[in-house]
Amino acid sequence: MMLSGEEWQAVRLSLDVATRSVLVSLIPAVAVAWALARGRFPGRMLLDALVHVPLVVPPVVVGWGLLMLFGLRGPIGAPLYEWFGIRLVFTTGGAALATAVMSFPLIVRAVRLGLENVDPGLEAAAASLGASPLDRFLTVTLPLMSPGILAGAITAFAAGLGEFGAVITFAANIPGETQTLPLAIYTATQTPGGEAVAGRLALISFTLAMLALLLAEYLARRMHLLLGRG
Amino acid sequence: MLEVALRHRYGRSGFALDASFTAAGVTALFGPSGCGKSSILAAVGGLLRPDAGRVALEGEALLDTARGIFTAPERRRFAMVFQDARLFPHLSVATNLRYGLRRAPAQATGPGFDEVVALLGIEHVLARRPGRLSGGERQRVALGRALLARPRLLLMDEPLAALDAARRAEVLPFLARLRDAAAIPILYVTHALDEVDALADQMVLLAEGRVLAQGPVEALAARTDLPLAARRDAGALLTCRIAAHDQACGLTQLDFPGGRFAVPLRAEPIGSQARIRLRARDVAVATEPPRGISTQNVLAAQLVWVGDATSSPEVFLQLALGPSIILARVTRDSITRLGLRPGLAVWAVIKAVTFDHATPPPP
Repeated sequence: MMLSGEEWQAVRLSLDVATRSVLVSLIPAVAVAWALARGRFPGRMLLDALVHVPLVVPPVVVGWGLLMLFGLRGPIGAPLYEWFGIRLVFTTGGAALATAVMSFPLIVRAVRLGLENVDPGLEAAAASLGASPLDRFLTVTLPLMSPGILAGAITAFAAGLGEFGAVITFAANIPGETQTLPLAIYTATQTPGGEAVAGRLALISFTLAMLALLLAEYLARRMHLLLGRG
Repeated sequence: MLEVALRHRYGRSGFALDASFTAAGVTALFGPSGCGKSSILAAVGGLLRPDAGRVALEGEALLDTARGIFTAPERRRFAMVFQDARLFPHLSVATNLRYGLRRAPAQATGPGFDEVVALLGIEHVLARRPGRLSGGERQRVALGRALLARPRLLLMDEPLAALDAARRAEVLPFLARLRDAAAIPILYVTHALDEVDALADQMVLLAEGRVLAQGPVEALAARTDLPLAARRDAGALLTCRIAAHDQACGLTQLDFPGGRFAVPLRAEPIGSQARIRLRARDVAVATEPPRGISTQNVLAAQLVWVGDATSSPEVFLQLALGPSIILARVTRDSITRLGLRPGLAVWAVIKAVTFDHATPPPP
């Protein structure tokens, strides 16, 4: 199957955007999952609901919200641009941000599940053996919750390859900059005679997502063996 | 010496804990489920922050709510052993064992890695993951891991309770060896009296969050005013020396302060110590020396105390054998029939086979 330069560009861009979105959201997702699973603070339910908002509102609304916040005149976008020269709207970084927000609930859910599988009794044992809270987190909790983190990261990556509504609203549809696979497919379907292109890209999209999910399953099994739960 | 004084209430109308005691050597916190013994251990270890209280080891306060002192568990150096071993599943046995050792202060002393591994007989499992261990092996590794953390105090929360009878019998001797090797105070939570008999010097008797009595195990065992006396295995505890083995008769002679008696052959070497629980219900009393009787042990004794015969059909007697006090339990009818009263010279009749349950057989 031959792909044109532009089609390859869309594939590469999708991989780039999905990777960046996962890298951006991983640490905040672990922090939020920790707060939700272990934290006792007022507003925990509110935070839980807020994290899950992207799952239930139309992606266009998320894109619009990002545009309001991170636009060049937005409350976050303006200082970012004026102080650091960072512009997110209509850029690859913006596409990654939109994708990260959309897939954030997926990572948080998986990481939280992984964390809830860690027996707090093991952390108590580590404490009685002289390990400080950070030491306990790094040597006991983190390794034991890593299957959840990995599952979350791969699922978010697979979903991020296909993020459409939020990306097109916030980052627009610029070839080579923000035109990821789904946006390229959409463009092709809007172009007379673009059916063949759309079909090829759709097939690639499907294959990439399947590969990611199979990899997640394989790694999850390996991790369980490594963690001594085999 | 460990000083503990705690007050804690779970919820507004929940379980209330109000206990204070001192501990030295091996101290058993003994009581039924829900008496608060595990909560006390968690508070001593720093895993539970009580409403009010003080925990001090050798005069150094680790917790003192009145002075706003709370030392984090990782800085107390009170290693804990839990009922459910709690080995780190992602680390090998060897790495588990070294977890506390690597975090112990450089000046802390204690038995070394190889010594502990040999003591607990876990050489063959060092490379394994905890998931591949038997229950008994897992608990032995947990004991070693706690000891290797070079703690100032060992906290044990029913370390044998999750094991079946065979595994308990396997681990109990290792616990005794660890106690002798550790040379640090141990606070030992249990609801199994045979573990107290086998391991503890002191006992803190708990019920419903309060301390009923505390003192040397032998002293508490000889009392009849405690819930201990209502147990089927109530009876005096005697520290004996293995005096002689008679292979032909299948008997071992035990010396105790105030006499000697025979029990079925035991495995311990001559000269070693054994603590024997002499159940009150297995001790009969005679006013004349009985003859033509199968019972091995007929010991001259003096009746020193007769329990209240009005409230119950069964009555406790305290018998003095030299400096040792043993308990006997007889019917009210026997008291009147034999005219039992304090000061009377009697014979304590003790069947030899009554002892074989007292301690689990050595491996």
